[in-house]
Amino acid sequence: MNGAGIEAGLDATLRAGRHWLAPFGRWTLDELPDLENLVRERALGRRGPTTWDASRIESLDSAGAWLIHRSVAAMRRGGADVDLTGLKPEHETLLHLVADSDRAVEPAVESNLIILVLTRMGRAFDRAMRDGRDLVAFNGAIVATAFGVLIGRSRLRFVPTVVHLEQVGFNALPIAGLISFLIGVVMAYQGASQLQKFGAEIFVVDLVGVSVLREIGILLTAIVVAGRSGSAFTSQIGSMKMQQEIDALRVIGVDPIEALVLPRVAALVLGLPILAVFADIMGLLGGAVMAWGALGITPLQFLERLGEQVGPEQYFIGIAKAPVFAYLIALVGCRNGFNVRGSAASLGRLTTRSVVESIFLVIVLDAAFSVVLSAMNL
Amino acid sequence: MNAPDPGEIVIRLRGLRTQFGAQVIHDGLDLDVRRGEILAIVGGSGTGKSVMLRTMLGLKRPEGGRIEVLGVDITAEQDDETLRRLRRRLGVLFQDGALFGELSVAENVAVPLKEHTALSPETIAAIAALKIAMVGLPANAGPKKPSDLSGGMKKRAGLARSLALDPDILFLDEPTAGLDPIGAAAFDDLIRGLQGTMGLTVVMITHDLDTLHAICDRIAVLAEKKVMLIGPMAKMLASDHPWVREYFHGPRGRAALPETALPEPD
Repeated sequence: MNGAGIEAGLDATLRAGRHWLAPFGRWTLDELPDLENLVRERALGRRGPTTWDASRIESLDSAGAWLIHRSVAAMRRGGADVDLTGLKPEHETLLHLVADSDRAVEPAVESNLIILVLTRMGRAFDRAMRDGRDLVAFNGAIVATAFGVLIGRSRLRFVPTVVHLEQVGFNALPIAGLISFLIGVVMAYQGASQLQKFGAEIFVVDLVGVSVLREIGILLTAIVVAGRSGSAFTSQIGSMKMQQEIDALRVIGVDPIEALVLPRVAALVLGLPILAVFADIMGLLGGAVMAWGALGITPLQFLERLGEQVGPEQYFIGIAKAPVFAYLIALVGCRNGFNVRGSAASLGRLTTRSVVESIFLVIVLDAAFSVVLSAMNL
Repeated sequence: MNAPDPGEIVIRLRGLRTQFGAQVIHDGLDLDVRRGEILAIVGGSGTGKSVMLRTMLGLKRPEGGRIEVLGVDITAEQDDETLRRLRRRLGVLFQDGALFGELSVAENVAVPLKEHTALSPETIAAIAALKIAMVGLPANAGPKKPSDLSGGMKKRAGLARSLALDPDILFLDEPTAGLDPIGAAAFDDLIRGLQGTMGLTVVMITHDLDTLHAICDRIAVLAEKKVMLIGPMAKMLASDHPWVREYFHGPRGRAALPETALPEPD
């Protein structure tokens, strides 16, 4: 099996008691898989004095040099007397560089599955605790600054507040209203098909009224706002953090909480209740339209029944939750913005986390409201 | 890569024309890169150094002209296999390393090897470790994430990845930008050393006058939408074009000159 038709290879012969290994052709990365096999078959098993004759190597790159270096070293470790001759000068310098650079592969960190799982759980728990602590501390900073506004030490910046109010409130009207309207339609329709079995179609009004006013209107609006404004807060503040704009503000002597956080919190706390009122109206409208179309309950009947059976307390309970949810969303969104470090990847990660956390917290808090209110018989 | 023919042209640009919308960046630009040389591209901001680099790499299509890289005309229609073969003979070090943030340094270096060779995972790991050592990184850098590395180490790791396949041509985008003077000088030495041993052709964009003096064989000055001047440092110093004079004889240029090359003050 000699060189004909093969671009690279290794001749092995026995000459005067010495093993004679003659690599030839292109000892490069492309040929390396074949060459590795050749070396294993023809060279590594040999015992006794050996000469590597490199004079027929046409081209050599660092991968080929690495293989020759490794093989020679392995044979020497086996106790054989090995010499390497015939290297062209440029090949020799490359081989020297490779020999100087060759070392054991640094193993990646040991990974035992159980330890890995435990480490992950521990890290996650630790992070959750830290996040909780940081959120409380951040909340304290906001409350302190807000208090400062009351006693005249800080100020609420009017123009940014109005700008944010437009973005988080006014611009969210169509999407919040549409979602609420459609859910009203769906609830009225599903309720009707069940209640018709009992001939109790008129109870659709109670169903839609209570659920929209008390739960669905505010909850859906809060989720929409967490998705579009909580994430926006994180990415706005986060990109300022990345560009060192926050540091610049501090150096100039502007408190970032006062300049960036307070207007956003104020805008959301004002804006979400207004959005919730709008969502309530649209939800009831959706229910009324469906009740009229599917059950023949006229809008007048709907309104009458609504006034009799669904008291204003349902509406007030719903609206009372709005500022609390708003504060939570703004808190989480701004806090995560300040946590952004360096890379764009961290900005993306925290924006996602901001949405997930704020929706989660909104729903948890809504459940807590339900428990407390039912304990109070409301 | 052995016994390089010194006259061989590895990159040939003819009548290159690039533009963004109505804004013409290059017009009728010609450039030859010779095998085995270190060629630096200099020019003011907005003269299209990076655009030219991206065009030579095939990342941007030129609006006109021909580009031949290692004998392949990348401006003509080429099948994917040809381009793939060509790509694996080119190595690129982007400005901040462009390391994949999710992978460790060793995994970053292994990516080209996994994509382009049929080697066993052990051999790939060994070659990756070899390349990491060749660029002067400590052995424990392999398992680290790029975010744990300093700027200089990131550049070295990026260099290791660009050398993974033993390329014929190495492209460097501002290799010493952001390094302290000692780190920059060490990086220059590293590039010069590797270029000699591995028989690389190096094309770099740089603003570092020390680099230009220390390791570049030829310098191409981009101005007025073409290569206005090309040649060794002596030719740059002798030129009387105002921008070239300002660049190489300005206060920074003067500071970077070796003592012996310092011209008489005028």
